[in-house]
Amino acid sequence: MVRLDSKVPEGNIAEKWTNHKFNMKLVNPANKRKFSVIVVGSGLAGASAAATLAELGYKVKVITYHDSPRRAHSIAAQGGINAAKNYQNDGDSVYRLFYDTVKGGDFRAREANVHRLAEVSNNIIDQCVAQGVPFARDYGGLLDNRSFGGAQVSRTFYARGQTGQQLLLGAYSALSRQIGKGAVESLTRREMLDVVVVDGVASGVVVRNMITGEIERHSAHAVVLATGGYSNVFFLSTNAMMCNTTSIWRAHRKGAFFGNPCFTQIHPTCLPLHGENQSKLTLMSESLRNDGRIWVSSKVADMRNPNDIPENERDYYLERKYPSFGNLSPRDISSRSAKEVVDEGRGARGTESVYLDFSDSIKRLGKNVIEERYGNLFEIYETITGENPYSVPMRIYPAPHYTMGGLWVDYNLMSSVPGLFVLGEANFSDHGANRLGASALMQGLADGYFVIPYTIGNYFAGEKPALIGTDHAEYNNTVSEVQDRIKQLLSIKGGKTVDEFHKKLGRIMWNKVGMARNKKGLEEGIGEIRELRSEFYKDVNVVGSGEGVNQCLERAGRVIDYLELGELMAVDALAREESCGAHFREEYQTEEGEALRNDEEFAFVSAWEFKEDGKWDLHKENLKYEYVKFATRSYK
Amino acid sequence: MSWFFRSLDSSIGKKILMALTGLFLILFLMIHLAGNLALFKNDGGLAFNNYSSTLRSLPVIPILEIGLGLGFLLHIIQGVRLWWLNRSARSEKYKINTPSKGSSIFSRTMVYTGSITFIFLVIHLRSYWYTVITEGHEVDLFNLVKTSFQDPVYSGFYIVAMALLGFHLNHGFQSAFQTFGWNHVKYFPFIQKAGTLYAILMAVGFASMPVYFLLGGQ
Amino acid sequence: MSEHKLNLKLMIWKQSGPDVKGKFQEYKVSVSPDSSFLEILDDLNDSLERSNKEPVTFESDCREGICGTCGLVINGLPHGPLSRIATCQLHMRHFKDGDTVYVEPFRANTFPVIKDLMVDRSALDRIMHAGGFISINTGGVPDANEIPIPKEISSFAFDAAACIGCGACVAACKNSSAMLFVSAKVSQFALLPQGQPERYQRVEKMIKVMDEEGFGACSNTYACEAECPKGISVKNIARLNREYIKAKVKSHNLD
Repeated sequence: MVRLDSKVPEGNIAEKWTNHKFNMKLVNPANKRKFSVIVVGSGLAGASAAATLAELGYKVKVITYHDSPRRAHSIAAQGGINAAKNYQNDGDSVYRLFYDTVKGGDFRAREANVHRLAEVSNNIIDQCVAQGVPFARDYGGLLDNRSFGGAQVSRTFYARGQTGQQLLLGAYSALSRQIGKGAVESLTRREMLDVVVVDGVASGVVVRNMITGEIERHSAHAVVLATGGYSNVFFLSTNAMMCNTTSIWRAHRKGAFFGNPCFTQIHPTCLPLHGENQSKLTLMSESLRNDGRIWVSSKVADMRNPNDIPENERDYYLERKYPSFGNLSPRDISSRSAKEVVDEGRGARGTESVYLDFSDSIKRLGKNVIEERYGNLFEIYETITGENPYSVPMRIYPAPHYTMGGLWVDYNLMSSVPGLFVLGEANFSDHGANRLGASALMQGLADGYFVIPYTIGNYFAGEKPALIGTDHAEYNNTVSEVQDRIKQLLSIKGGKTVDEFHKKLGRIMWNKVGMARNKKGLEEGIGEIRELRSEFYKDVNVVGSGEGVNQCLERAGRVIDYLELGELMAVDALAREESCGAHFREEYQTEEGEALRNDEEFAFVSAWEFKEDGKWDLHKENLKYEYVKFATRSYK
Repeated sequence: MSWFFRSLDSSIGKKILMALTGLFLILFLMIHLAGNLALFKNDGGLAFNNYSSTLRSLPVIPILEIGLGLGFLLHIIQGVRLWWLNRSARSEKYKINTPSKGSSIFSRTMVYTGSITFIFLVIHLRSYWYTVITEGHEVDLFNLVKTSFQDPVYSGFYIVAMALLGFHLNHGFQSAFQTFGWNHVKYFPFIQKAGTLYAILMAVGFASMPVYFLLGGQ
Repeated sequence: MSEHKLNLKLMIWKQSGPDVKGKFQEYKVSVSPDSSFLEILDDLNDSLERSNKEPVTFESDCREGICGTCGLVINGLPHGPLSRIATCQLHMRHFKDGDTVYVEPFRANTFPVIKDLMVDRSALDRIMHAGGFISINTGGVPDANEIPIPKEISSFAFDAAACIGCGACVAACKNSSAMLFVSAKVSQFALLPQGQPERYQRVEKMIKVMDEEGFGACSNTYACEAECPKGISVKNIARLNREYIKAKVKSHNLD
């Protein structure tokens, strides 16, 4: 059995990273150009890593399936990025950010990682400002902050509602500079289909050129995966259309352990579904909950116009169940409650949505004040739904948004396959069972700018500069595996489309492996996913050939990997017999319906080792909390 | 080529040359119109002929004429070049063309209004400037103008050309300022209005001459 | 939410490769007015795949109007008839039952068609590689609050930085000019103190590559601003011109 070594350095939490940086071996500057790195993904983590590694002198290739690195989905993050700058003099500190993040993650994150994240958070802001990122400023010309996600300090830096865009464009500009210099080779419109492992060490990747269809081989001394999360396993999520799990899933099948796959975050305020052909969900700022009241009809299948439903027939369920927090109850509670009432058949006009009503606030504060606060959000809402939220209550519904789970990595961000590093949302590392608002951007950039550049050097210092060529037998094997898989997909020629399978999988995941899970549902879910997977192999129709552009083939490859990952998510959720953070097992709740954590038995990271289709071994990385003491939240 | 000509030949450089020559021609048109207002003096052409012969006798005029000719030439050649280069940046055209709400008809038709202005210029030069050059100072320019404008076909073409020149100037005026980078939130609306006013003044001013003679002036 | 359906005739540009002649192909669809434009293309593709016919190739990713991947010319207008949105934010309720809708790719020699409605916009990236950055390495930078930047200047810089790089400005311009795109980046850095050290060489380098790539020149028709999903102002083009003139006058670069 493989021993799971987190490689967390010894010493006081505040000194671990500093000491580790000193103790790590360095690569001689002249030797750096002899080492090459492949970075897959060009979002915040990937672009920042690729740019920084190239600045240090390593030879870098960056691979993305987009036409340009700037399109990565980090671009869509709205809210902001946390940092412990304490510019507002409100008592923030590295330690407080660390503390809040561990607590927010419901005690399922690794303390040392989180502390390092909080430490480098300040460097990130400095770096981004130096790149020309136009963060919000106050009249005096200094940076502005806002509070976010229930934090009691104002530590969130933001750039209007487009913080992710501005940060990504900053990283993209740093990357562009290195591409222009020839230090980074940019390989766009290529999808990674497998990692090549030679003698247990990651040696390169196999990618499909999405224009020519050619299967290409790329080798390097290390492979860095920064390919984002897997919320699209639900089909409908706030993720972009192309977001997928293929790169990390294929790495998982090649030996990289998958950490906490069942930890998925559902965002409570997204735009509602309009029909069967809905392609994705759009996030609306959570700030709307400050002045909106959430309700549904107390009757099942009430098709009346919401304005015609009298007050006494309305159920303000959050205010009813959680009187002290009401409409501002935490994300998971508010998401779960919405699904409950919809499952009871009480959704707005029979649809999958609940009302978010501003009429009381408009009465109390006047339309002007509401317009001032939420004008642009109301406009977005109206553009998309065609309904005017000033006169008709908004409709909202929860949507999968972020996956805390991902490939297991040690303190150096290296997976269980030596030479394979995983950054950003693609790894499991820093958020535990629940991610706080404005922390995703922070983690992506921390990993890319300030962690991997050090830890990869330490790895290289112990390696020989000789590079395994792409003519090695293992490359031939991997390429033929990939080609066989493509051939297989193209040859099924069944009667159903790829999207039909994806939507079916999404339904199973949403209902059985979604916000509220139970043993029975999870077991059923596993069975249904397996059945769907075998049906896929019998009845899917992938149109066209493997040559040239074939978006249908691209989607098919992603969906089949989701069909495998979905099962592991259910397996993980079944094994974790407790409720924590975003993982809510109905069997494990307090009398008030609160999540009931089991720190005695489940204070560990589940790291799953792939054995064969539908079979995994569980490894446990026990989590010790030496600084932040176990505590239970209450929102009653 | 030196850095100077290379810079002028860049996409922005070409535009700057258009704007510079354009503004020069804009200035010329104002002076030209002001002088020609002498046509309206009800003295049988005395004032106008005096004005024209005085101009002719000034030694600086032939030099200015060369400058003016160069200005026109550069503006025209550069305009045609830009049109050709810009056009060939899209070999396969759109099948459906819907004008964007934000762009004016004047801006999209510069090459056409410019071309017609060029044809006008050739005819205009042939009618007057060439006659003066070839026949010397004794020509009764006023009578020449009066006779030609009494021809409704000639006058009609003249009036249409002036309207199109107005369109050309309407965009050209503010466009030159934009090209120089003088687009400020406070002053640009004024420049745009001034441009339109200038264009109307020029078009109406020049067109009023054939109209005057057509209607039996003097 | 509407129950009724719109019956539309879609005329979609089909072209199997960059050097092949393309043509419009007619598709009849019945759609919900609540769907987005791209969702009806998804639907169309789903039904084509079901009958084993080749789907229409088009690109999109975030579907929130921020990634800049999507870009269709709908009835002659980049990103469709509404202003200030990307194609993915266009909904069918803006069409009428019985409409014929023409869908073309962004057209410019600098944006060669790859397949159907998918074009290659990498020329924009190459302009960025030439100078769309501030030359600093990771680490060793001053504290973020070291340099105060007036709120207004920061806000102008943001307005320019909001560009999503979709290329609609090029597609809308009768000259296929990329001036709005380039001016947005040049403006962002020209306005901010961080951009000053490379201010002049940046604009020189970016314009040089822009010209080499074969984009047209600007005719100040301002169609780019009108079609830009983020409403990037042509004032940025004025600033770009100004920066370029200053650079050419001041720099020591003899190229």
